Amino acid sequence: MKTGGRAICLPADIDTDVVIAGRYLRTKDKSIWAAHVFEDLDPTLANRLRGAVIVAGKNFGCGSSREQAAVAIREAGVVAVVAPSFARIFFRNAINVGLPLIEADIACDEGSQITFNLAQGMVEVSGKRHAVKTLSPRMQEILGAGGLVEYWRKRR
Amino acid sequence: MSTLSERILNAPAGEYVDRKVDRAFACDGTGMLALEAWKNMGAGHLADDTEFSIFFDHIAPANNSTAATLQHELRGFAKSSFMNFSDVGGGICHQLMGEGNVLPGEIVIGADSHSVTLGAFGAFATGVGATDMAAIWLTGETWLRVPETIGIRLEGRFAGAAEAKDLALAYVGELGTDGATYQALEFIGDAVKDLSIDERMVLSNLSVEAGAKAGMFYADDVTVRYLRERGHTAKPQIPESCMYSREPEFDLSDIIPLIAVPHRVDTVKPVDELAGLPLDQVFIGTCTNGRYSDMARLARIVKGKKVAVRTIVVPASASVLLQATRTGVLADIIEAGCTVGTPGCGPCLGAHMGVLGEEEVCLSTANRNFKNRMGVGGEIYLSSVATAAASALTGEITTPEVA
Repeated sequence: MKTGGRAICLPADIDTDVVIAGRYLRTKDKSIWAAHVFEDLDPTLANRLRGAVIVAGKNFGCGSSREQAAVAIREAGVVAVVAPSFARIFFRNAINVGLPLIEADIACDEGSQITFNLAQGMVEVSGKRHAVKTLSPRMQEILGAGGLVEYWRKRR
Repeated sequence: MSTLSERILNAPAGEYVDRKVDRAFACDGTGMLALEAWKNMGAGHLADDTEFSIFFDHIAPANNSTAATLQHELRGFAKSSFMNFSDVGGGICHQLMGEGNVLPGEIVIGADSHSVTLGAFGAFATGVGATDMAAIWLTGETWLRVPETIGIRLEGRFAGAAEAKDLALAYVGELGTDGATYQALEFIGDAVKDLSIDERMVLSNLSVEAGAKAGMFYADDVTVRYLRERGHTAKPQIPESCMYSREPEFDLSDIIPLIAVPHRVDTVKPVDELAGLPLDQVFIGTCTNGRYSDMARLARIVKGKKVAVRTIVVPASASVLLQATRTGVLADIIEAGCTVGTPGCGPCLGAHMGVLGEEEVCLSTANRNFKNRMGVGGEIYLSSVATAAASALTGEITTPEVA
């Protein structure tokens, strides 16, 4: 399935404390995480993420294992995150909560149209195709199910 | 001809495997989300052959009624499902697991990024998020990609005032925050046999700050003795010749006291260069540097003197606190003007017990100095216990004296 959105550019080494600060963790209300996502980086960002594709530098999601980081990005309406590399716990968390990640090294042009097809392993920036590191078969299954909760619920 | 990860996971680097998890643990923060995911998966009963634990350490005791309510639910689940459960004040998950509850060769998964600490015992130990933990509760298994391995070769002995934390900051500084992403670290070389379990836990602990999936030591006589004192029989793991993706070398005698400056763990400078920087708070504790040997080192430096800045000391576990009480180390720390918090993570993640105000500067023995982590507008510098103790006495960043 081909899908996409407009690019929002972020720098390298975005840590999960910056994605969602520790002071917002003790709740199960996802709307709080969505409202405060990236607050310490740019307080206006949360309102601009719906329908966007984040294009970030390397090592996106480093630091804490807090799954709220991936959920916050998803709940804020981000379609996918593209980066040359992801911190490994964030990588698992994002797939587990159904947030598509695209491992690709592309130059970011704010607002440009990004389309991608995960099954075909391709991402297109303003009409130009780039190679993508494909997800493992298991990760594709989990993402395809909509996340790890749904993956296991269907198997029981 | 395998790395330790390849040996324990029983597959070559690069392969995806499903493996039974020997021990799995969560904390109050990740546990509450795991419980939510567990219920949404349809719940049921816990997998049989895995040892499950829940530790209350991140915000314990609870700082407000929302946290208390969430913890109340998780506590009830932990007890009714017969998991090992450590309540408020027991201490930090990684410390408690390391107090004789992890054995060489095991696969240990924690719902916390610093679960890599337990690689100090020759286990394959790594962190996951909450939903992965819920799936482990359900199946007792998880998928893993067998990592490539960086060999961190250690030679020589510490000289001067440097300690394991300075070495840890040195290697993170050299590798960078993503220098080991998707890979494991193995600490090898002649210096390893002289490193205590506490020192190894510091080195393993920081491995995730270089992005590593695991930070491992081969179990040796030191490991076997430590575990024997805690009632376990373990065998040393003999290293085989193997392929490392790279093999940086560190001579311990070259290591000097270091500090990671805001807001990255890999931006490391000699303490000397920062000497004189005024501090508002010193924090000594965490899964990096909250062990008894850290308390004893702190006491040795501050005994008979007075700290010049608020100094918060948080032992990593109840047994650390108890030992410090029995030996008189705690009295020395309190007489010097430090205050002591409930065993646990303390203010490391900025939730309670020492949150920073705007423009406040904290010197901390923890492992993360990310922007706003300990409070909005606060700045975090990371150092060894000796540097933190020396700096507490002057109220500014101070180079530790040679012990």
